[in-house]
Amino acid sequence: MEKRKFGFAMSVVLAAGTILGACGGGAEEETTDNAGGSGEETDKFTVAMVTDVGGVDDKSFNQSAWEGLQAFGEENGLEKGTDGFDYIQSKSDADYKTNLNTAVRNEFDLTYGIGYKLKPAIEEVAKQRTESKFAIVDDVVEGLDNVTSITFKEHEGSFLVGVVAGLQTTTNKIGFIGGIESDLINKFAGGFEAGVKAVNPDADVTIEFAGAFDKADKGQQMASAMYSSGIDIIYHAAGGTGNGVFAEAKSLKETDPEKEVWVIGVDRDQVEEGKVTVNGEEMNVTLTSMVKRVDLAVQDVATKAMNDEFPGGEVIEYGLEADGVSIAPSQDNLSEESIAAVEEWTEKIKNGEVEVPTAPSGN
Amino acid sequence: MSKKWTVLAVPVISVLLGLLAGAVIMLVSGNNPAAGYMALWNGAFGDTFYTGETLRQMTPYIFAGLAVAFAFRTGLFNIGVEGQLLVGWLASVWVGVAFTDLPKVIHLPMAIGAGALAGALWGFIPGFLKARLRVHEVIVTIMMNYTALHVTNHFIRNVISDGSDATDVVNETASLRSPFLENITDFSSLHNGLYLAVLAAIIMWFLLEKTTLGYELRAVGYNQHASEYAGMNVNRNIVLSMVISGAFAGIGGSMQGLGTFGNMFINSGFSGIGFDGIAVALLGGNTAIGVVLAALLFGALKVGSLNMPIESGVPNELVEIVIALIIFFVASSYMITWLLSRFKKKEAK
Repeated sequence: MEKRKFGFAMSVVLAAGTILGACGGGAEEETTDNAGGSGEETDKFTVAMVTDVGGVDDKSFNQSAWEGLQAFGEENGLEKGTDGFDYIQSKSDADYKTNLNTAVRNEFDLTYGIGYKLKPAIEEVAKQRTESKFAIVDDVVEGLDNVTSITFKEHEGSFLVGVVAGLQTTTNKIGFIGGIESDLINKFAGGFEAGVKAVNPDADVTIEFAGAFDKADKGQQMASAMYSSGIDIIYHAAGGTGNGVFAEAKSLKETDPEKEVWVIGVDRDQVEEGKVTVNGEEMNVTLTSMVKRVDLAVQDVATKAMNDEFPGGEVIEYGLEADGVSIAPSQDNLSEESIAAVEEWTEKIKNGEVEVPTAPSGN
Repeated sequence: MSKKWTVLAVPVISVLLGLLAGAVIMLVSGNNPAAGYMALWNGAFGDTFYTGETLRQMTPYIFAGLAVAFAFRTGLFNIGVEGQLLVGWLASVWVGVAFTDLPKVIHLPMAIGAGALAGALWGFIPGFLKARLRVHEVIVTIMMNYTALHVTNHFIRNVISDGSDATDVVNETASLRSPFLENITDFSSLHNGLYLAVLAAIIMWFLLEKTTLGYELRAVGYNQHASEYAGMNVNRNIVLSMVISGAFAGIGGSMQGLGTFGNMFINSGFSGIGFDGIAVALLGGNTAIGVVLAALLFGALKVGSLNMPIESGVPNELVEIVIALIIFFVASSYMITWLLSRFKKKEAK
């Protein structure tokens, strides 16, 4: 009897061995295939991006970068995949290095790291893989010739939406919800606060941080507290956490369509996120959005790299001039006064008349 | 003998069933299971770099698994491994950053010791409450996870760094990084912690199976009342078990802090290592060798899954499903043993 059990267990182990063995054999074939494939297509320029933990469908930052890559691919007749353009998603902070290396191993000509959280990983991998080109979005890597740093003047764009908020608030109370407090998010907060104060010195700006970029429930809680304290406009710079702000504003609108609650979106034109139908009537809680054209920047650097003009070691700062940051094209909820004011302040910032601060005044 | 083989058969069959179910799901969702698993294999063991990453991922899993398993053998369910790991991570990074002039032979053990101590402290509290006041350790450890998350975040931002969201990188003398391992694995982040993990597994085995202390701990796990009747100090053993379990978890945090990342940053949520540790211990049958093997499997699945979308187009969430199913099958081990016994009976006829 016991021998039979032993035999059964043995056969299970053997079966497992066979399956794993088959996989091993496959692995070798696969690598030779890959080598052959990339050999044929050496003339094609390939580009990949490694997301942070938000993933490509975060309705914000990573998604915008992915849209940029897709546009770049379309422009140059590339297909999604390892011999065109592709993305690799990170599921935890430990995955960044692995994923960057996967991109290098798949012989992408240029690899983007999306978000400041990838900075240490890019620094390290770029030192080891000096033949590969990298670009980091939203942070600066210094002293490496194979890394381009892409940053944005978020404070300028935030200043513009601050102008809108300052003009259109009815309670003179305005809120700001940031993801994790950092120099980057403080640029949003600082610019926004300055914009509000520039047109409406009496308005109060409450600045709070959720401590996370992926906690919609936390965003909803914070928005709920803000709206009930009389705040009528909330600007969020919090990625996925911001989706909770939209959820709260929409649910308030559903219970009381007369109530003035607004959200200012970030990174992309978030007009879609604000759509709500109350009693058969379509409404939108998105006042406007601060658009950060990660897609344009990603496309721009990819094009430069393709034309052998890769700006390695440089820091490129996209601001109002190059449309790197701007106010969203959807302007249905803006008053004419604020549209005019935005134009006026845009000019003032562009010609240097106004210097926008990069941190809130409290700091 | 026959019981031993059943003990081995349950996890192996569970893993196979989990993979099989994953294949069915891939098939139903219009993907090629062979290509999917091939990508998984390549991403985990395809070349030395990925093997290095898999072993790197395995290292903290071993510690987390050992922590859960150790407590479990004493009849305690330590859900707080995640929190103990976080405080251990913080403590060893702190020591690693704070001292600059120490030689490596002192600094590195000190940093790891600080991690163990912090984890042990975080395990001591629920152990003490359980022993003294009979507060259930599951409740306390779950709560202490959140406490650990927010306390460590506070310390990173306000105490160790100056308002930044990450600490400095630990000094070279406290680092587990190994140029040798990085070289042979083509710049993976595999570090010396791997040796420590294997050593820890051996220590746990020795402690539980070969010492009086281990005998007492296991006895308390089997039957508290009988142990007390036999003259053992049950309360002392409960506290001790949680302290040792917490120390294992704390060193798991040191692996992250001194090896994988070299620093600590604001965590917006749990790292998940501690919770996966529960599954690792369960799959490993709460034994030292079982934990090592289960940790290897989990490391391979997690690291390999990253390669699945780019190579085969299979979303890497699939691996989460496979892991969940494996745990499900292990948890319903009664079903498998029953099937095995049916199988045996039929053959006997």
